[in-house]
Order: sequence, then structure tokens, then C-alpha cells
Amino acid sequence: MRSIWRTLDRETLSGIAAVCLAVAVIGVSYGTTAVAEGFPVWLPVLLGTVVLAGGAEFLFIGIVAAGGNPIAATLAGLLVNARHLPYGLSVPDVVGTGWRRLIGVHVMNDEAVAMALAESEPDRRRAVYWACGLGVLLAWPGGAALGALIGTVVPDTSVLGLDAVFPAVLLALVIPALRDRTTFGAVCVGTGVAVLSAPFLPAGLPVLLALSGVVVAAIMLGRGAEDSAQPNADYVSCDCGPEEAR
Amino acid sequence: MMLAAGVIALAAGTYAFRWAGPALRSRVRFPERARQLLEIGAVVLLAALVAVTTLPFGTGHVGVALPAGVVVGGVLAWRRSPLLVVILAAAATTALLRLLGVS
Repeated sequence: MRSIWRTLDRETLSGIAAVCLAVAVIGVSYGTTAVAEGFPVWLPVLLGTVVLAGGAEFLFIGIVAAGGNPIAATLAGLLVNARHLPYGLSVPDVVGTGWRRLIGVHVMNDEAVAMALAESEPDRRRAVYWACGLGVLLAWPGGAALGALIGTVVPDTSVLGLDAVFPAVLLALVIPALRDRTTFGAVCVGTGVAVLSAPFLPAGLPVLLALSGVVVAAIMLGRGAEDSAQPNADYVSCDCGPEEAR
Repeated sequence: MMLAAGVIALAAGTYAFRWAGPALRSRVRFPERARQLLEIGAVVLLAALVAVTTLPFGTGHVGVALPAGVVVGGVLAWRRSPLLVVILAAAATTALLRLLGVS
């Protein structure tokens, strides 16, 4: 764990601290919301620890509070969290091996993945992922606990504008990647599809549909690399050896 | 009790999604271009999450205050402002607009 601090410079660490602070602030608004809906203080804290994915938890609590079936709430939450599968495919090496992987996959969240993607060097990428992932594991349930306690006193926190923090932080994290033209094209198409399909689909599905934007990137990359076309067999080459994770 | 079962199922299912990505990648070797596309895919997912959270056409009330705050934060981030400035500016913009009666 100590290697995280050796690998990362002060600027990166303060960036991670800012992200964790933001997550804690969102956690506060989450905790207050949950208590305002009539749930016990421990529920947002428990969900925050074992689910560790804000969007799904807001949705779960919202559906149950609206009188919805817990099964429906669970399915909706899972749909929203399905994006973690492609996340893991895009940054597979950061989660570590052996017993560390048990924690490494659990701390996979929007912020840690976005920060890891901004790093190109493998060691730094892994260090950023772990520092941000573990930080969020503390900040999110911690913020939720604080919010739940505040929520028993202050009824309405929307006046503080805290709900703008989550999208703003994520946006700030993906903006460096948008300077790449191919990525930008894919993002434009993907977000367009997501926003336009949102009124007609259950929550979570529009975000997954945004992956259609990757087709644009594939076409753009294909045009650039037509000369160096590779044999198709490359795509299915499989080595099932137990080279790691033992 | 249904609620407890829901919490457990949501946690277990989410963990399975998180586990699956790296597990699949360590079994199947991807060519460079597919790797690039997977990374772009993650950025697209994150950006779409921002968009549907800011403009909740499906579920919530689509207002002005929330998108305005996010846009202000985005512009500052594009101009490479520190993240803390982005966070404070986004929250302050949304809070101020709501204070003025704009939702």
C-alpha cells in the first residue's frame, strides 16, 4: 500500500483528495435524502459500504420510498450498475491479483475508473485507481452517515446545490479524454443516444445504450488503420492459462 | 425482510459485475485496437452518466439550475481549473439559481 504514496506526486494526490471530498459531499446529500424518505440512519451507510455505487443506491432508495417493490428496486439498481462490467474490461490490470483483487474489484467506481483512464503509465494507473477507490470507500459511506445524522435535523439540502457536484466532478474527470478526436466523436453520439432514449427506457439502460457511440470510434479508427489491417483470428485468440491471480 | 434481501442481492450482483470485467480480460487476449475501443467505451459510459444525471428526461424534473451548475463546472474544468474550484463553482451556481427562484 505504501507504494501508492511513492508513485504519486502531490498534485495527483490533491486531485484524488478533491474527488473524495466531492464524493463525501454527495454522500451527505444522499444520507439526508434517505432519512427524509423515512429510512433508518444505518440503511444508507450499509448500502454505501456494500454496494458502493451512488446512482444505484439513490434509485434503490427512491423506488422503495415511492412504495415500489424491493425486487423492482434491486433490478433497477443492477441495471444501473451493469456499466461496471465494461469498466472492468477497460482497466483490467489495476485491480491487482490474489486476495487483493477481492478488494480491488469492490472499489471499482466511476471516479476511480475515470482517474485511472487519465494515466497512461501502468504503475501510476494502478496507484491512482487504488488511492481513489479506497478513498471513495471511506468518503461515500462516511458522507452518507454524516448526511443521515444532519438529515434528522435539516430537512431540505437541495438549496445547497449539492446535486450538481456528482455530474460536475465526473465531467471534469472525463474532459481530458475528450481532447482526443475519436473519443470526442464517440462521446457525442453516445450521450445523444442516452439522453434521447431516456424518456422511453427504464433508468440504467440509456447509459448502456450509449456504448453504441463506440461504433463511431471503431469506424474512425478503422479509417486511420486500413493499411495495417490485421488478420481476424487475432480477435478470438484465447489463452486460458492460469498465468495470474493465483 | 424483503428490503434486507434487496440490499444483499444488489450488493452481490454489483460485485459480480465488477468481478466479471477483469476476470474476462485475463482469459481473452484483446488486440491493441479492441483495447483502445474498450477505453473509449468507458469514457462514453461516464459521459452518458453525466448527461442523464444532468438532464433527467426519463425520471425527474428537468430544470435549469442543475444543468447550469454542471455546465459552469465543465467550462472551468476545460480551462484546467483545479477540481475543488470546479466543485464549488458547480454547487454555488445551482444553489444561487435556486435561491433566485429558478429551479
